[in-house]
Amino acid sequence: MSIDQEVEILRRIPIFAKIDPAKLKLMAFASERVTYKPGQMLFRQGERGDAAFIVLHGTADVLIDADNGLLRVASLSENEIIGEISILCDIPRTATVQAETELTTLRITSDLFLRMLMEFPEMGVEVMRVLAHRLEQTTAQLRQVQAAR
Amino acid sequence: MEPNIFKYVWRHSRAEQLIILLLVAVSLPFYYLSLNLPKQIVNEGIQGQGFDQPGSTQPFLAADLPFGEEIFGRQVTLFGGFDLVQQDMLLALSFSFLALVMVNGMFKLVINTRKGRLGERLLRRLRFDLADRILRFPLPHLKRVKPSEMATMIKDEVEPLGGFTGDAFATPLFLGGQAATALLFIMVQSFWLGLVAAGVVAFQSYLIPRLRRRLLELGRERQLTARQLAGRIGEIIDGGIEVRAHDTTNFERADLVARLGRIFHIRFEIYQRKFFVKFINNLLAQLTPFMFYAGGGLLAISGRLDIGALVAVIAAYKDLPSPIKELIDWDQQRLDVQIKYEQVIDQFQPPQLIDPAREAPENDPGPPLKGEIVASALTLLDENALPVVRAASFAIGVTDHVAIVGSNDSGMDLLSYMLAGLVTPSSGTLRIDGSDIDRLPTAVTGRRIAYVGANAYHFAGTLRDNLLYGLKHRPLRAAKAGSGASAAELAEARRAGNPEFDIKADWIDYEAAGASGAEDITARLIEVLAVVELKSDVYRFGLTGTIDPLQHPDAAAGILRARAALLGRLRDSGNEELVVRFAEDSYNRNASVAENLLFGTPRVPAFASGALAKNPTVAAVLREEGLVDDLVGMGATIAKTMVEIFADLPPGHPFFEQFSFIGDDDLPEFSAIVGRVDKAGVAALDETARHLLLGLPFNYVEARHRLGLVDDAMAARLVKARQRLAERLERDSPAAVELYRADAYNAAASLQDNILFGRLAFGQAGAEQIIGDALAELLDDLGLRETVIKAGLDYNVGIGGGRLNSVQRQKLAIARALLKRPDILVVNEAVSVLDGSAQNRLLERILDLRRGQGVIWTLYRPEMAVLFDGILVMRDGRVVEQGSYEELTGRDSTFKELVAAE
Repeated sequence: MSIDQEVEILRRIPIFAKIDPAKLKLMAFASERVTYKPGQMLFRQGERGDAAFIVLHGTADVLIDADNGLLRVASLSENEIIGEISILCDIPRTATVQAETELTTLRITSDLFLRMLMEFPEMGVEVMRVLAHRLEQTTAQLRQVQAAR
Repeated sequence: MEPNIFKYVWRHSRAEQLIILLLVAVSLPFYYLSLNLPKQIVNEGIQGQGFDQPGSTQPFLAADLPFGEEIFGRQVTLFGGFDLVQQDMLLALSFSFLALVMVNGMFKLVINTRKGRLGERLLRRLRFDLADRILRFPLPHLKRVKPSEMATMIKDEVEPLGGFTGDAFATPLFLGGQAATALLFIMVQSFWLGLVAAGVVAFQSYLIPRLRRRLLELGRERQLTARQLAGRIGEIIDGGIEVRAHDTTNFERADLVARLGRIFHIRFEIYQRKFFVKFINNLLAQLTPFMFYAGGGLLAISGRLDIGALVAVIAAYKDLPSPIKELIDWDQQRLDVQIKYEQVIDQFQPPQLIDPAREAPENDPGPPLKGEIVASALTLLDENALPVVRAASFAIGVTDHVAIVGSNDSGMDLLSYMLAGLVTPSSGTLRIDGSDIDRLPTAVTGRRIAYVGANAYHFAGTLRDNLLYGLKHRPLRAAKAGSGASAAELAEARRAGNPEFDIKADWIDYEAAGASGAEDITARLIEVLAVVELKSDVYRFGLTGTIDPLQHPDAAAGILRARAALLGRLRDSGNEELVVRFAEDSYNRNASVAENLLFGTPRVPAFASGALAKNPTVAAVLREEGLVDDLVGMGATIAKTMVEIFADLPPGHPFFEQFSFIGDDDLPEFSAIVGRVDKAGVAALDETARHLLLGLPFNYVEARHRLGLVDDAMAARLVKARQRLAERLERDSPAAVELYRADAYNAAASLQDNILFGRLAFGQAGAEQIIGDALAELLDDLGLRETVIKAGLDYNVGIGGGRLNSVQRQKLAIARALLKRPDILVVNEAVSVLDGSAQNRLLERILDLRRGQGVIWTLYRPEMAVLFDGILVMRDGRVVEQGSYEELTGRDSTFKELVAAE
């Protein structure tokens, strides 16, 4: 996969959709493409976060620590972004992420990601939208759990 | 040291000076003969004086006994000479002249050589004496001097002294003799004219030195200001961080400007005065002939002086000014070097110097220390004579483990200096095993006792050198035949008063480290590295280090075994794709274009990847393979991408340095080239632009940069070019590149690269960790870890240990102290850069290792004292409590307060 193909994928991701392709190319060029084998961890809950990941190919499980081991709370697939919370808020990883299938990601360092956000406000708005959407989903899930008790 | 340079010179070169004086004296008659001979050649040989008839002869080389008539009343002929006709006489005289010229030349050569050697020897002696004094400065004084000033003094300021010493005695005698002879001759011709000449000379030698007195003062100031400038520059470098951090570079500039201004004024005044003195000097020198012409002429007219005598006087006077002038110059030089000498040695006279007998190489460390360390009323005063350790009295066993506990300003660090014999107590006594510590030879204090302080220093060189540093007290075994200092070198050192040490000899005291020789010392080094937890660091240094396979064939063979085994291991663990091996017939997408072309490690800068575009061999191969246009095209694509994605970034943006192939300075130029390519294509570019573009693709790594520039066809063509380049290299410059060979050790590449024999695949998660672990396991299984650590011992620590981090530096210093197995180990603040748990681990491990041997440790964290046999508690320079941890915590005590305050 060449850098131009990566840029094409990035453009399909909502938060990057409205950004100038040259900037996306810069981001792709400055980022490392990392491949994980099934079962390999991207990061663990509680670690310090230093990068966000964009899934280029494959799926990943989002797991959280529970009383009886790890609890799978979500699955992420192509064109989705992982691990941005930790680098946005500078807090430890809130969940563990593990490759479910063979997984190819674009690893964007926090430094680069924050710089892009600052230089392109439209990207910031998109990130907010995605986060708000997630929050809404989480709240809904919490409600379901409470209702089930 | 001698306060007077003449005394110093005379004391150390008496015999040689006398030989030179003798040679000068012997040479003089020959010199006068050679002056006289031309007259004889003209008069007798050419004009034929005494050859009145054709065929008449004159004696040649006839010699009468000097003063024969006066003594014996008649001429005594020693040798009648050969009777020669005019032509033969001319030839004989001419050849005599030639012979005299040779003799005079030889005399000059011999005298000057001897003077030079004498001067250089004395300079060597003086420099050694000064440097030797630095080695004997007591530590408090050593801390006060400015290193760069000391260095300039030894290096530059004493240099003119060497040139002067050869002339110190010979010149005044020689010139003085010459001048006196000329003056005497004038006196004999005419007493009054002689008196006039003598008067002028006397006035000259009175006035000129007085005029020069101010010059000397200025010279002294010039020397001082220059030295201070050197000191300031040293300070600016040492304080570089502060200067930058506080933005005081302009303040420093102002300081330099002020100093340079002062130096300018001093130097210019010297210049002006010098030429004024010269003017006066010349005037006086010409005054005498004036008086001769005027006064002598009047005398001659009035008939009181015959013309012949006047002419002779004037002729004789010709010989007078130049020796006088040179004599005055010599005197000036004398005063100058005397001042320099005094100024320099003044800086090397601290109130106290360590007695050389204490440092004598033949001193013996004696039997292991035992018994007690007893301090009574031990007191140390600081520079201002204020007590920093006050009347400390205690007794501890030599083999005890003792903690000294107190706050920062309690004086415990100074107590530890005294206990290590580094600082002499101001009053009171400190006895170890019954002897006063300030009387013990350094062979005892520096070998039986070891000291490690904060900010330990390391010398530029390898880790191994620094570990062994503490074992080099005196030459123990002569150097291998042919490699050490020759007898002549040692004899020359002796003549210059330098000790006859051979730096190439084996100085390492293996026994003190518990080893028997060079073979098993390495095992000991690794042991102490393990104690201070430095072994894994050294292992890492080793992986990135190189070895010489010719010197270590076993190690190289082992690494090759590891190379073969690694593949299998990775295959078994399913990680085969993490390393992409080098193969002669395939392109490695995880390596750069340059590396793929060379397929080897460059040994010379001309084949480094940055220089390949300019390398004629590579250029020829690329041309022959028709690859130049393709690479320029690749360069154009790279340039286009860079211009596209970096164009909007402000210059100086960190991304340029991190990611771009092109620096921000060069971007506009490439931007213009890209514009031209877009318009007219690559083919239309001029040679300069093509060359710029050609430089870009060499660092391009397909797997990392992902621009899709090296497809399969291109890869195959590059591999073909690689093969042609290899042939060319083998033929033209076989030593320039160490080629990758699957079955051969690559001496220019690191151990790790040799084992991997390939590149880590980009973009494989955790590849570095997985491969690192696999390597470590593999090396352990093959028993190669030691080999790697040995290579790591050759890691260069840099100036002042600058290539190590502060923790590694301190650990290395402790390892160095442990290696020499001292009877008492004094550790002062040496571990404070380590984090808490590492400090605890290290402390426990060291105390465990040194069971039965003494340890004295200053602690800022009092609760760690629980591990020690005894505790000394210090406050305000006094030892306020002594006891075991249980005793001190069992009652109200200062110690308990300190622990509570923690």
